[in-house]
Amino acid sequence: MRTRSEEIVSAVQQHVFLTVVSVAIGFAIAFPVALFARRFRSEGAVLGVTTGLYTVPSLALFGLLLPFTGLGAPTVIIALVIYSLTILVRNVIAGLEGVPEDVRESARGMGYGPARQLFSVELPLALPAVFAGLRIATVSTVALVTVGALIGAGGLGNLIYEGLNSVFRAQVLTAAALCVVIAVAADLLLLGVQRMLTPWQRGVQ
Amino acid sequence: MNALTEVVQWFTDPTHWQGPNGVPTRLVEHVGLVALAVGIACLVALPIALVLGHLGRGGTLAINVSNVGRAVPTFAVLVLLAIGPLGIGAKATVTALVLFAIPPILTNTYVGMRQVDRDVVEAARGMGMSGGELLRKVELPLAMPLVMAGLRTSAVQVVATATLAAIVAGGGLGRIITQGIAFQDQAQVVAGALLVALLALIVELSMAGLQRRTDVRRRAAREARATGAADADADAETGDAVAREDDRVLAGR
Repeated sequence: MRTRSEEIVSAVQQHVFLTVVSVAIGFAIAFPVALFARRFRSEGAVLGVTTGLYTVPSLALFGLLLPFTGLGAPTVIIALVIYSLTILVRNVIAGLEGVPEDVRESARGMGYGPARQLFSVELPLALPAVFAGLRIATVSTVALVTVGALIGAGGLGNLIYEGLNSVFRAQVLTAAALCVVIAVAADLLLLGVQRMLTPWQRGVQ
Repeated sequence: MNALTEVVQWFTDPTHWQGPNGVPTRLVEHVGLVALAVGIACLVALPIALVLGHLGRGGTLAINVSNVGRAVPTFAVLVLLAIGPLGIGAKATVTALVLFAIPPILTNTYVGMRQVDRDVVEAARGMGMSGGELLRKVELPLAMPLVMAGLRTSAVQVVATATLAAIVAGGGLGRIITQGIAFQDQAQVVAGALLVALLALIVELSMAGLQRRTDVRRRAAREARATGAADADADAETGDAVAREDDRVLAGR
């Protein structure tokens, strides 16, 4: 018999794990996709596809993945990767597009190659938009993980699902409150990292 | 591709298209829930957002309501309302759906109202328009693309939340998926998922179309081109209208 606090701690751990893995993989895919879209001038098509994917409700996406990956964490992670990916691609593209043309030209004029221009000029300037995307993706992923309970891996969502079946309101409320706490904590953490990485913006905001 | 044939079989089985559990009944339930929830949310959120936007007050509230809406898990709210005082049933489901339909409408409408060019507002005031006239004749038409963007985000969000409502008690297409999971009938899960995804895409596309039709600036640009008066200015306006579609504040899923 496990104690309640053990149950809560392991649910929180699973919740954080699912969120971090999903957003990390989502970012790892979104970044090259955004660069590819810009390189081949296909932003419209890429954004169309990602907006379409974002439209698919979570329960439906889980259902569509079920025949391929079965019940459990992998299905949940793949679905959450798809959602965070769509938000991140949009924001990385917007961030890079927001870099002023004269800044780009100055970099070229100073003899920067494409790679150096991207990493030392364009990316730092795109950071605020990229972080805005990371924050939205993380916060919505924290909320979405709960739906995973239906297919067996939902972190705090498992406690909510149990609470539904046993009509245990305190358990549902606790799990929901912890979800919000995790979301707010993650949001503040990302904001802190963003401030650290963009010292020139500190006076502005 | 065994799974695929099973799904096709599910769709071609006539029993799945009849009775209270049939696809047409579930579809009507789903669309009804969404229309009701978005309708109520409009009645609540639109007047508040229009007035706040017109006065330029309460911006923090209007913006943050979306952030809060994103952080609170829809699933938890559905469950809490169902095992709460409202009891399992339509009342709890509709209440939860309305709660999640409000934030995108409120935030986008407010942002749309505040984005109206201040020079235009000043000019309208200079022409002697009253506050009400200004809101109706100038601000609202110019804010329309974002108002519609809010409605679109809200409707798509509610299609998704209404699907989740099936876990708790609500009807709708989500029922087909949850029943499939309960009976370990994979074909039914996939069939239900396809129906839900299709409905969400149709709602998104038709709302996007509606959004374009209500854009006065885009229409002006199109008419200018139609009458042969197309110039760089009109083209610039269309580009602007397209860019503003990306301004919409996305909701969670």
